[in-house]
Amino acid sequence: MDNYTIDNFHSFTEWFDHLLNGCMPGWLATTIECLLVGVGLLLVYALLALFYILYERKICAYFQCRLGPNRVGPWGLLQSMADAVKMLIKELIELKHIDKFLFALAPYLVIIASMIGFAVLPWGNGLQIIDFNIGIFFLIACSSIGVLGILLAGWSSNNKFTLIGALRSGAQMVSYELSVGLSILTMVAFAGTMDVVKIVEAQADHWFIFSAHIPAIIAFVIYMIAGTAETNRGPFDLPEAESELTAGYHTEYSGIHFGFFYLAEYLNLFIVSGVATLMFFGGWMPFRVAGWDGFNEIMGYIPSVVWFLMKSFALSFVIIWFKWTYPRLRIDQLLSLEWKYLLPINLVNLVLMVIIIWQGWYFGNF
Amino acid sequence: MAELQNKISRQFPGATFEDGEILLINIADAQLHDLIKTLRDEHGFDYLVTIVGMDWKTSMGCVYYLADTGMSRFVSVKTQTEDRDNPMLHSIADLYRIAGILEREVYDFYGIVFINNPDMRRLFLNIDWKGYPLRKDYDVNDAANAPSIENERQSDLTQTWVELPDGKVERREEIVFKPEDFVVNIGPQHPATHGVLRFRTAVDGETIKKIDVYMGYIHRGVEKLCEDLSYMQTLHFMDRLDYFSAHNYHHGLCLCIEKAAGIEVPQRAVVVRTLMDELSRIASHCLFIGTFCMDLGATTMLFYTLRVREQVLDIMEKTCGARMTFNYDCIGGVMADIHPDFVKDVKELLATLEKNVAEYNKLFTGNVIAKNRLEGVGILNHDDAVSYAITGPSGRASGWACDVRKLVPYAAYDKVEFEQVVRTEGDSMARFKNRVDEILQSKHIIEQLIDNIPEGDFLAKVPKVLKLPVGHWFQVVEGCRGVFGVYIESDGSNKPYRLKLATPSLNSAAVVDHITRGQKIADLITIGGSMDYIVPDMDR
Amino acid sequence: MKEITTKSMPYDAWKDNEYIEKLVNELRESGTNVIVGSLDKLINWGRSNSIWPLTFATSCCGIEFVSLGAARFDMARFGWEVARSSPRQADFMMVAGTIVNRMVPVFRRLYDQLAEPKYVIACGSCAISGGPFRKSYHVAKGIEDIVPVDVFVPGCPPRPEAMIYGIMQLSRKMKVERFFGGVNRKMNRKQYLAEHPEENC
Repeated sequence: MDNYTIDNFHSFTEWFDHLLNGCMPGWLATTIECLLVGVGLLLVYALLALFYILYERKICAYFQCRLGPNRVGPWGLLQSMADAVKMLIKELIELKHIDKFLFALAPYLVIIASMIGFAVLPWGNGLQIIDFNIGIFFLIACSSIGVLGILLAGWSSNNKFTLIGALRSGAQMVSYELSVGLSILTMVAFAGTMDVVKIVEAQADHWFIFSAHIPAIIAFVIYMIAGTAETNRGPFDLPEAESELTAGYHTEYSGIHFGFFYLAEYLNLFIVSGVATLMFFGGWMPFRVAGWDGFNEIMGYIPSVVWFLMKSFALSFVIIWFKWTYPRLRIDQLLSLEWKYLLPINLVNLVLMVIIIWQGWYFGNF
Repeated sequence: MAELQNKISRQFPGATFEDGEILLINIADAQLHDLIKTLRDEHGFDYLVTIVGMDWKTSMGCVYYLADTGMSRFVSVKTQTEDRDNPMLHSIADLYRIAGILEREVYDFYGIVFINNPDMRRLFLNIDWKGYPLRKDYDVNDAANAPSIENERQSDLTQTWVELPDGKVERREEIVFKPEDFVVNIGPQHPATHGVLRFRTAVDGETIKKIDVYMGYIHRGVEKLCEDLSYMQTLHFMDRLDYFSAHNYHHGLCLCIEKAAGIEVPQRAVVVRTLMDELSRIASHCLFIGTFCMDLGATTMLFYTLRVREQVLDIMEKTCGARMTFNYDCIGGVMADIHPDFVKDVKELLATLEKNVAEYNKLFTGNVIAKNRLEGVGILNHDDAVSYAITGPSGRASGWACDVRKLVPYAAYDKVEFEQVVRTEGDSMARFKNRVDEILQSKHIIEQLIDNIPEGDFLAKVPKVLKLPVGHWFQVVEGCRGVFGVYIESDGSNKPYRLKLATPSLNSAAVVDHITRGQKIADLITIGGSMDYIVPDMDR
Repeated sequence: MKEITTKSMPYDAWKDNEYIEKLVNELRESGTNVIVGSLDKLINWGRSNSIWPLTFATSCCGIEFVSLGAARFDMARFGWEVARSSPRQADFMMVAGTIVNRMVPVFRRLYDQLAEPKYVIACGSCAISGGPFRKSYHVAKGIEDIVPVDVFVPGCPPRPEAMIYGIMQLSRKMKVERFFGGVNRKMNRKQYLAEHPEENC
């Protein structure tokens, strides 16, 4: 393992694993490790969601010549914390004439789907929960569980608005899943592996967006569009289009159940930008230029976690920027954008990528 | 007009005529339909301005105001029935499409049944309402009509009275939505209805099959209230109907009262009123652009347009002392002289206005998503626009040049140059662009007037207790959303015997069903937004 | 400018915004459990700093409420900008505009749909008393007969500054509440169903 950055979590995790195994039986050590990871994940999850909510509120405020939250805590930093505290103890309204089990299950499905996605994201040099050879595939697979939760939420609420919202969402997410999958497939074809760690390491000298140039840029643009649609964010926020469907599929949810949908939306935003970072911008890999050793060393002083988070936040900024600029599409326009434009472009792009790999017209060597 | 009178009297020997500013034709109910049909087909009176329901104590009836599309001629038709218990008149809903809903309003207020109107439900009040509130013998404090938190009774049936060939009238019931229709209830509490309007929408998937508009969720009975107040006191309600064109509505009512009382308004007040009208038009259209874009999901636009609106409100606040309910125009002039900074502030506003409008166009109008959402959506053709009496920027988007400021100039509008913004596409985009362009036309008008505000009094001498002579008057002005008509009938006292406000928003809401059929649910929001109705304005 | 005077109220009282906060502190000092008290403090901090309005407007005051969200007054500073269209997710209802007879049942139902803890601000003279339309045949004479009201904001319509002050007063008022001391819902489900057997179907 190369030391691309000053922080290298491999040695730390290995040391910790040895330490635990040295003083207790193997099964106990594994359980404790799992627990620690779980707690850490939940903590990161909650903090990231709170951060993202504030991040969006501040950014949209600046787009709109406003100040945004600035009263609660210094610079309004505690605003989303206050919201979370309130939401936790807000009443969960029991409804009559609904499917109670599915109604209660739906928000958990949504939040679990986005939480599992965290498992394979490469947070830093050696910092990831599972490292296995179908990492990217796993990520796409679990992100599609989310749509199930949304469909259930809309169906079980026994409300016409939620039903329309859920059906829109179903149609939208199933369609755009294709584009997300295909644009990632394009990059996987280039990388030659689905293993997240190997993908990151392949980008040590050139991020994919530079080394695979034209097809990578096309794939990136498509991925960003489809990713925005996948997370149900504007201009593709039809499932919860406020002006048409009040609050879309989560109209009937209150309290923390609504909070789960709300958090999951932001977490999905992070996952989408995290995957984009991973596939196109080198994951946690610092900006390095082959041969410029001094420069690379300086870049290496910035910890890998910071690299990853900064890249993701920057990409999220772009997605938030979309939302606060564009008007919303109509459902038929949304679907025709996917099936008539993005999908064919994507397929052609995949062929283009194959040609480039076959002819060796890319930068870097691996 | 004399020629018209001759022709009509030859054709309808029973008709009597009252000369006045607007020719009034008295006709018996039996010939009403034929007369109005003749007026429409042979004399070009295509535009039904309003139907005024009336209770003359001994008899009940209606006054119909008609105009040609160029508004060069107005004519009114009066018909009455002596039967107070079971008053019936013939409907003209088959001649003018807007008449259907205007007759419903009369039925709601006076209980006059219109024979052959396909939908004779109450319009503003719920179906269990006791009595007809605008009748002179109605008890305002009837305990049976006290507010209740019980849900109002819903009925899916409409009633109609059909005239059979043998002259008898039969009441029939028809169903509004079929049992197999999937009906989505949009409103009254819904972010996109711009207030408390309710659409019962039958959908097939995402496609709209039929819309049933329910109003009255903000019906405040302004017309009845006015009958108990002196003329000066009625003015303040004008602020609260269409709160964006408060100045324009004030202006309309003031003009009508001044016309009746023969008061001459000082030139300074005339110009200041015109300026205020145009400033509020700018503010109103700015807010329209913002909320319309917000309905489409482009929230940021709202904040950019509200910036200009705030600037206008600042100017108004300095002069009128309030941000929204100004109560500035009064009988005989304006309430107070303009603020010393007025001219300077207005010039500052105008200096940045063009740049701001360019920014709106850059951010939204040219956007490919916006184009796809708006172009070709909710097309209203010219003939339907006239038949539905859709005036204002929406009517002009359908190719009907219906700007009262140009056609029947009042105040200082005959002294200024400006263009009527007319487009022929009739879709939501045309309605949107029309309003954007009208901001610039308003700017042009203000530019011509701002340096030429005449010196002198701002308020004429008006008697403390103002009594109007016996008679009736009608006045139209251009509000921000279309033609605003005021009808006053006086019995010689200091209170109006009847004050009818013909507002443009009612028509805009009535047309929604017609232009949304076959479109998507998302388009309902677009179309509703582009019609730009104000719910308190339609409910009154 | 002439100083505005009101007979029944000394001028200084206009400036006194903190009396509710003083009240809170007095209540706190008079013997609360340390742990429960500080938990309550945390919860009240959360509640009073995150007041999400329901998008609800009937007339003129609603437009001032839009202005309140815009750049000049920017209610986002206080974290109030998350206007929810679904009553289940909102915390308070700004009753901006006239409530007429036909709207009363709808309005009451909206209030019932709000999730606890819920608050109501009567904004503008129409909501307070019927305002200029009080004598009308179709206007509710103040919303207090229909729902409990926490804060009244007078004006026709109130200026956005007045609305901000109104919501700030609501926020102060929230701090007096106790989550652990009392019951969130005054009546539990069983009791309610015993009293309203027709609902139990």
